[in-house]
Amino acid sequence: MGILVDENTKVIVQGITGKEGSFHTKLMLEYGTKVVAGVTPGKGGTTVYGVPVYDTAQDAVKEHPDANTSIIFVPAKTAADAVFEAIDAGLKTVVVITEHIPIHDAMAFVNYAKEKGVTVIGPNCPGIITPGKTKVGIMPASVFSPGPVGIMSRSGTLTYEVSYFLTKAGLGQSTVIGVGGDPITGLTFPEVVQLFEKDPQTKVMVMVGEIGGDAEERVAMMVKEGKIKKPIVAFVAGRTAPEGKRMGHAGAIIMFGTGAYKDKVATMKSAGIRVAITTYEIPKLVKEALEEA
Amino acid sequence: MKLFEYEAKDIIRKYGVETPKGVVVKEGDDVKKAIQDAGLVPPLAVKAQVLVAGRGKAGGIKLVNSVDEAVTVSQQLFKTPIKGIKPSILLIEQAIKHDVELYAGIVLDRSERKPLVLVSKYGGMDLEEVAKEHPEAIIKYYVDPYKGLKSYEARSLGKQLGLSGRQLSSFESFLQALYNAFMDYDAELAESNPLALLPDKVLPLDLRIIIDDNSLFRHSEYAVTEKERLGELTEREIAAREKDLAYVELDGDVGVISNGAGLTMATMDLVYEFGMRPANFLDVGGGAEAEHIKDAVEFVTSDPKVKKVFINIFGGITRADEVARGIVMALEELGNKAKPLVVRLTGTNEEQGRDILKKVGITPYSDPLEALQALKNL
Repeated sequence: MGILVDENTKVIVQGITGKEGSFHTKLMLEYGTKVVAGVTPGKGGTTVYGVPVYDTAQDAVKEHPDANTSIIFVPAKTAADAVFEAIDAGLKTVVVITEHIPIHDAMAFVNYAKEKGVTVIGPNCPGIITPGKTKVGIMPASVFSPGPVGIMSRSGTLTYEVSYFLTKAGLGQSTVIGVGGDPITGLTFPEVVQLFEKDPQTKVMVMVGEIGGDAEERVAMMVKEGKIKKPIVAFVAGRTAPEGKRMGHAGAIIMFGTGAYKDKVATMKSAGIRVAITTYEIPKLVKEALEEA
Repeated sequence: MKLFEYEAKDIIRKYGVETPKGVVVKEGDDVKKAIQDAGLVPPLAVKAQVLVAGRGKAGGIKLVNSVDEAVTVSQQLFKTPIKGIKPSILLIEQAIKHDVELYAGIVLDRSERKPLVLVSKYGGMDLEEVAKEHPEAIIKYYVDPYKGLKSYEARSLGKQLGLSGRQLSSFESFLQALYNAFMDYDAELAESNPLALLPDKVLPLDLRIIIDDNSLFRHSEYAVTEKERLGELTEREIAAREKDLAYVELDGDVGVISNGAGLTMATMDLVYEFGMRPANFLDVGGGAEAEHIKDAVEFVTSDPKVKKVFINIFGGITRADEVARGIVMALEELGNKAKPLVVRLTGTNEEQGRDILKKVGITPYSDPLEALQALKNL
């Protein structure tokens, strides 16, 4: 099982002829992902690693009506346009890898997608992988293995780190999803925990958060209200980060008195969420949670 | 990017909002002539244009009762650091007599993914303080970004603040203007605090706009003055910006270089956990090329505080071979100025990356804990 993507996922790559688009198309194909088409305006009729390229997402969907998911590598200035194009072409899940998309652009396409019933993952995210089945993203495949742990994360590379520790400890994953590090993203933790809650393969969830925002606190609230019953193990990056400084990307900033490390951890603990102080404690807490589940 | 108060007021006037009559002066300008030419009549407010929080409390705003006093105070202000930043620009405004101060602001709300309007009758103090002391006094309203903030919505918020008559219609126009500026200028935040309540209108005494850095390509007029805005940054942080490095200076002695904000923060946390202290946060971002890595290694090494360097890279969109090439380039460039270095390198193109490093005698670690132990033993 797993969530959102599986062996039936048929992917269109938008921005397939660019450096990152073509490289990761190759890696996704190697993993076994069904990449059915690519889109680059002006490059219609060519191929990338055997994948046919079209000028528009609409053309791609017309020729490949089974396509249901898009992954976007289009540069930031025009990425929002590509997301609207994917939504209007009828794709149901859109994964936005691109970094540095203006926040107002993200707000516009996230709201549009919601209206049309489309799931947006990202922007500024590593994508999503259901180990052993499909990978719609840029994550290094070697650190993942199939199993009962559902992982959600606001950081790309930290997702790999946590998966590395879990896989090394013999704890495989149902689905691993990077929701993205920007202030405005499509999927957020409160939606992802609901998907994992319903997924029979997922026995334990790992939530890899960061300082800033209130997504972790809102998940804690859902646990308190009894909406989420599966155990959750959480980690928050930035325990030692100075307040008020922007740490790398826009998501990790403490604003308006929300998002400080100690408040986040206290809120989660009070809801019964197990909180790991460092990344390498996560496997131990996951094992405990699995025994309990 | 934070705009100066005078720039934010220039913007809001384009939307038909009245602001206190004022004039901008720079160091060396004839302040007396500027005040007279602008037709300002004392009392006046002389306001340092610095991008630090708590400017008023830190002595950055002075009230004066004559033009001569304004000249003297201006000269003093140009020489007085406000929280460490010397102002290079002042805004001299007509002082406005008022009894009541309101707050009005707009932010992007990350959980609703919509613009959130915040208004309060407790203006003139930090919104965070208001949130603590009078949480019920902050009125929140989510705006549908497709519809925009309609006048009836702005009016209803004004009524909840207890306004009526001409004050209400002035507030309504102000809030709509603020919303439109917020949207047009890709703002993360637009706020007036205090927003003075006068007998027949509202008047923004202060105004702040923060533009989303990712959208600066649409607002290039503000990019040219970037240097004047680096108020809250240290010298090294400014130098890092010029090299396009996401860098925050800290007070330890271990230089930290990593990729991705989350992993970089987690790496700092681990350095502490192993009983060491990071000298900085440096995130090389996603997909960094060798040249960028070279810059990062050289930059961190050049910090006199730094005794050893820890590089923690997990390749995804970033390729380990590019990273390895960058490290080798930096070491060649640094020569005998290089400092002890531990590298943890894994992920995309890991094998190629390890081979490149091994050729110059560096054995990278795959496991971060082994790497940190080696760093500690250095």
